Amino acid sequence: MVVPRFWRERRYRYSLIGTRCPVCGTVYFPPRNVCPKCGRESVGKMEEFQLSGKGEVYSYTVVHQNVLGYKYQKPYVMAIVQTPEGPRITGQIVDIDPEEVHIGMPVRAVFRRIAEDGKAGIIQYGYKFVKDE
Amino acid sequence: MVGIVTYGSYVPLYRIKTAEIARIWGDEPSHPEKGLGIKSKTVPAYDEDAATIAVEALRNALRRKNIPGERIGAIFVGSESHPYAVKPTASLIAEVVGAYNAHAADLEFACKAGTAAMQNVYAMVKAGMIDYGIAIGTDTSQGQPGDALDYSASAGGTAYIIGKDEVIAEINHTISFVTDTPDFWRREGQRYPSHGGRFTGEPAYFKHVMTAAKRLMEEMGTGPKDYDYAVFHQPNGKFPLRVGKRLGFTKEQIEQGLLTPYIGNTYSGATPTGLSAVLDVAKPGDRIIAVSFGSGAGSDAFDITVTDEIEKFNRDAAPKIWDQIKRAKYIDYAQYLKFRRMIVEVD
Ligand SMILES: [Zn+2]
Repeated sequence: MVVPRFWRERRYRYSLIGTRCPVCGTVYFPPRNVCPKCGRESVGKMEEFQLSGKGEVYSYTVVHQNVLGYKYQKPYVMAIVQTPEGPRITGQIVDIDPEEVHIGMPVRAVFRRIAEDGKAGIIQYGYKFVKDE
Repeated sequence: MVGIVTYGSYVPLYRIKTAEIARIWGDEPSHPEKGLGIKSKTVPAYDEDAATIAVEALRNALRRKNIPGERIGAIFVGSESHPYAVKPTASLIAEVVGAYNAHAADLEFACKAGTAAMQNVYAMVKAGMIDYGIAIGTDTSQGQPGDALDYSASAGGTAYIIGKDEVIAEINHTISFVTDTPDFWRREGQRYPSHGGRFTGEPAYFKHVMTAAKRLMEEMGTGPKDYDYAVFHQPNGKFPLRVGKRLGFTKEQIEQGLLTPYIGNTYSGATPTGLSAVLDVAKPGDRIIAVSFGSGAGSDAFDITVTDEIEKFNRDAAPKIWDQIKRAKYIDYAQYLKFRRMIVEVD
């Protein structure tokens, strides 16, 4: 990912900050400027919303391919996490053997390195998930 | 009253046994445990570094007591393994907690950068410049493979928020002692540190820890019996007990905060994390002495009294350090090399 885009998105990537529509109460992550349900009514009214970081595995897959930048982590688990606030968030599940992961498993967000641009480039940080015990 | 308002620690889940390291390097597997008093050490996962550890430790502190970012006036992060040579870890912390008006800086002083951070924040609070400040000691240290440090250099960190309201542990006094001592160093651009053999024990660790501890007690008019707990820098499992004995402290005073036998030396995280283990169990009125040591060389000493406020404080909102120590996933030396990015790929 290019540096300017990552920089713009840092707040929601670091701290799971989404937006909430004050008209219908729907929470969005990643943040949206307009609520698709309420349309024009929500313009300019969307509020920042801090997600708790808790959730459960809605679905997941184990990646065995040699994806660039993930060679040292494979096989690794990518999951869709259902948050209690509403949004479903895609993220890696770490500190776990892939066979331990199951649908419905409680997870919580942690702060990790997401990617790095070679040895000289910027390090991108953000959320991943671990089993919540 | 100026002191600790909240605290949190974090150690990675992965561990390697020192016997496994000994197996690879042809040493007797029982030697590191017998000689250094270290059974295992933490290993950061491939996607962890000193900054991610700092964030996890700080979030544990904020779970126990939330201090809004706009009230944080200072952030000091002590580490000898900051992810960037140029680009502060402290600014990442500021962004994570939304502390955009904070005075932020990284500190380095081998293993005592974490306590140096605590002293800086303490001073700014005491001077009335700020209401709250964050002090973090964090490291993912690495010894040269096969070197004695390979048995001990590990990863972990602790965050303190220091302020003057709702203080759970008052900092009664803090002093430092520093000399130019060539016991341990790393030149710019070198991946692994070097150490000065005979300089590491007596003229470095023991001289500095003992001088600082003695002067702190002299200035406070106290003796070893006045303290319920003692935390000394823990480069291995033996030095803290030995220095404690020479100063007149008992094993019972030291044990609760002595973590190195299970997690290794977390460098800048070591003394702050030992102190956090004590705060995990301390009762109102308990008195603590904590003395760090950083090669090069210096010591910071603290005299701390736990207040009644700790009874109202939500300690259980974050995992206690001895519970984190019990949760462990053991890896072998090959996985360790992979996690620590020490496999050489020819391209
Ligand atoms: Zn809406």
